[in-house]
Amino acid sequence: MAKTPLQFQHNGRDVAIFVDGGTNLLVALRELIGDMTPKFGCGQGGCGTCSVLIDGELHLSCLTLAETVAGRTVETLDGIKDGPNLHPLQRAFADNFAAQCGYCTPGMLIAAKALLDRNPQPSRAEVVEAISGNICRCTGYEPIINAVLAAASGGRARA
Amino acid sequence: MPVTVKTFTSTNEAAAALSSDRSARYLGGGTLVMRALNEGDISISTVIRASDQAMTRIVTSGARIVLGAGVTFARILAERDLAFLHAPARSIGGPAVRNMGTVGGNLFAPVPYGDFTVAMLALDAVVSVQGGLGGREIGIEEFLQSRDRQTGVLVLAISFAKPGSADAFRYRKIARIKPKGGAVITLAAHLPVNGSRIVGARVALGSMAPTPIRARAAERALEGRPLDTSTINAAAAAAVEGTSPGDNALASAWYRREIVGVHLRRLLSGQE
Repeated sequence: MAKTPLQFQHNGRDVAIFVDGGTNLLVALRELIGDMTPKFGCGQGGCGTCSVLIDGELHLSCLTLAETVAGRTVETLDGIKDGPNLHPLQRAFADNFAAQCGYCTPGMLIAAKALLDRNPQPSRAEVVEAISGNICRCTGYEPIINAVLAAASGGRARA
Repeated sequence: MPVTVKTFTSTNEAAAALSSDRSARYLGGGTLVMRALNEGDISISTVIRASDQAMTRIVTSGARIVLGAGVTFARILAERDLAFLHAPARSIGGPAVRNMGTVGGNLFAPVPYGDFTVAMLALDAVVSVQGGLGGREIGIEEFLQSRDRQTGVLVLAISFAKPGSADAFRYRKIARIKPKGGAVITLAAHLPVNGSRIVGARVALGSMAPTPIRARAAERALEGRPLDTSTINAAAAAAVEGTSPGDNALASAWYRREIVGVHLRRLLSGQE
């Protein structure tokens, strides 16, 4: 079956790939572009570890048909750091011991970024709500929530 | 197995393609169809999309509210005129799912999902569909009863009369995991009042049958009566009548039958 050409912006860089029909964005990112930061978790939209930003909006890449991002921007964890410098959220996660096994961390960080991009000073309840689609198997929610609040209170969350 | 993706600019063309291919599925937000593809559902060989802007329109200006089938739950949450629907919209998934999931797709969501459809059933919504031979409108209850046979039609929109007052529409989702989690039971009620008496009561239940259903016995207990303690008790006692819940990881059928009346009593009496 013929592959379909697909062009979009990935972490600020134009990419052009060919995808099989029905390929989801997670597979396109990991296997065709080599961005391994979005993780495969459940494939059902239940765990959030594949979260990405599409045109700045939080989406689940495992449930996104790759062809639907043609001409759009896709941002993953790989793109949120500023060169060699960690994003303030990444620094806050490290400072607050917010990663255990680390599997949920990319999705947590992307979900937290989606929140802080639109609400730089969220309440604790708003942080809980924002990461409610992301499952942490280590049950480390408290340090994750604290890290997001720390990043926000530090005024270091960038727009 | 690769599938063929067909994107149409008009809903007519999309509907024709959908109705002519038994292995075709319409892709709305992706939360159902992409999940099926990820799980290797070989019954899907074609994915149909429509970029028609009519699919994402929201009309709140008239007596009837119209939600395009492609309207997402995040869009509903952004609409001040749809404040009465914010509770059902917010009860679905996490933020990413609400950015993706659509009103039309929710009509097809199996138990324990489909919470928004419970709200639509309580509001006596009408579903606009387009088949290969043209469009028609179908009551949501009839639509749900024949849901398994509706895969070849394209849902265009859902419409319903706006509740007369903020207090007339009530919604509650019972979940073990908050703020996100599958439903143990979902309840919605529309209770228009004429004078002090309820006229045209509708009570809808989710996860109490394979599709959302009306609690007709509870509706009969409410109809024509004031919403006082004895009426609420009568409706709560009748809530389980006609239900056929199933067992799943969230709750057993027995548990659902035991608690549906308790939660209907709380919904009707305004308890948290």
